[in-house]
Amino acid sequence: MIQVVERWSWISLHRNQNFFLILLKNCSKGVNELERHRICAAFSAAFPYTTPILAGFVFLGIAYGIYMNSLGFSAIYPILMSLTIFAGSMEFVAANLLLGSFQPMNALLLTLMVNGRHLFYGLSMLEKYKRLGKKKHYLIFGLCDESYAINSTVKIPDHVDKGWFMVFVTLLNHFYWVLGSAIGGIFGSFIQFNTEGIEFVMTALFVVIFVDQWMKEKKHEIAIIGLGVSIFSLIIFGGQNFILPSMAGILIVLTVLKRPLEKRGAISA
Amino acid sequence: MTMTITQQLITIIMIVLGTMLTRFLPFIVFPPNKTTPRYIQYLGEVLSLAALALLVVYCFKDVGFLTGSHGFPEIISVAVVILLHVWKGQMLLSIAGGTLFYMLLVQTIF
Repeated sequence: MIQVVERWSWISLHRNQNFFLILLKNCSKGVNELERHRICAAFSAAFPYTTPILAGFVFLGIAYGIYMNSLGFSAIYPILMSLTIFAGSMEFVAANLLLGSFQPMNALLLTLMVNGRHLFYGLSMLEKYKRLGKKKHYLIFGLCDESYAINSTVKIPDHVDKGWFMVFVTLLNHFYWVLGSAIGGIFGSFIQFNTEGIEFVMTALFVVIFVDQWMKEKKHEIAIIGLGVSIFSLIIFGGQNFILPSMAGILIVLTVLKRPLEKRGAISA
Repeated sequence: MTMTITQQLITIIMIVLGTMLTRFLPFIVFPPNKTTPRYIQYLGEVLSLAALALLVVYCFKDVGFLTGSHGFPEIISVAVVILLHVWKGQMLLSIAGGTLFYMLLVQTIF
């Protein structure tokens, strides 16, 4: 464990990790010595992998909290939503939904569409999350993009407990996101500068993820279909009603074009 | 705000439910030793990117292209985000840069 800590010479990182470790040791007092050692070792192995997410989630979380605050929501909204939804892009969309008229089915369908990618994450984690008992439920609950990215790619050292490692990756990410949202939501109202235009942070987030995906794909048919159908439907149906027709349109076009798309190699598999 | 607290709560619960459904469904439907149907695999692959495109368009749903500033601040700022991201490739820089640029535009010029 000391070796793992030593590899990370960044001093503030040290302090953070020591703080968490002490906290962890106190929390696990009832657990026997060996088990506690196993848990701490898994934490020490997991924490370094989450540090990039620490920066990203705290920053985006603060932006989300300030954004919610600027829309007139008290801090409890971003905090509760980050705790229970734990899906960044959907939470930004949720803020917009909460401002509109009451359409619960619409909200559910839009969520399924926006978070549809999680189905894919789940499918590829079926094997890894097997035989983890109770831990599995939390791991699936917290299967956001970033937790998936780490847990699906990192080669966990043999001496580290894999279940605890993945739990800590997920738990730390969850914690960073709630922490950021809380800071933004609570201190958003104390901000003195003019926050007009802060809502653009959502557009910027989606554009950045979109550009990342675009550059990763060799063929751009699917991205163009998504953009094309959505823009078409926005023009025809208007801003308030375009989402359901867009989703239906995208599903139909992708289903009809399944064969040609696969032939053209527009799909990576 | 047009919704009551109860309606807001129901909306949030629906979103939580939807999110959890997308995360738990594969584990419920496909026990470890069963293979996934081809069509579902296909949808899993293509829907995420198409939905992302829908999200990008969603951000423009309230922009009036025919009135006011004609969507110029939005279009210019999106261009800034894309350029920053292609140039530096750092997510946080692109998001922070683009947002600050947009705030500057709407607060001073438009």
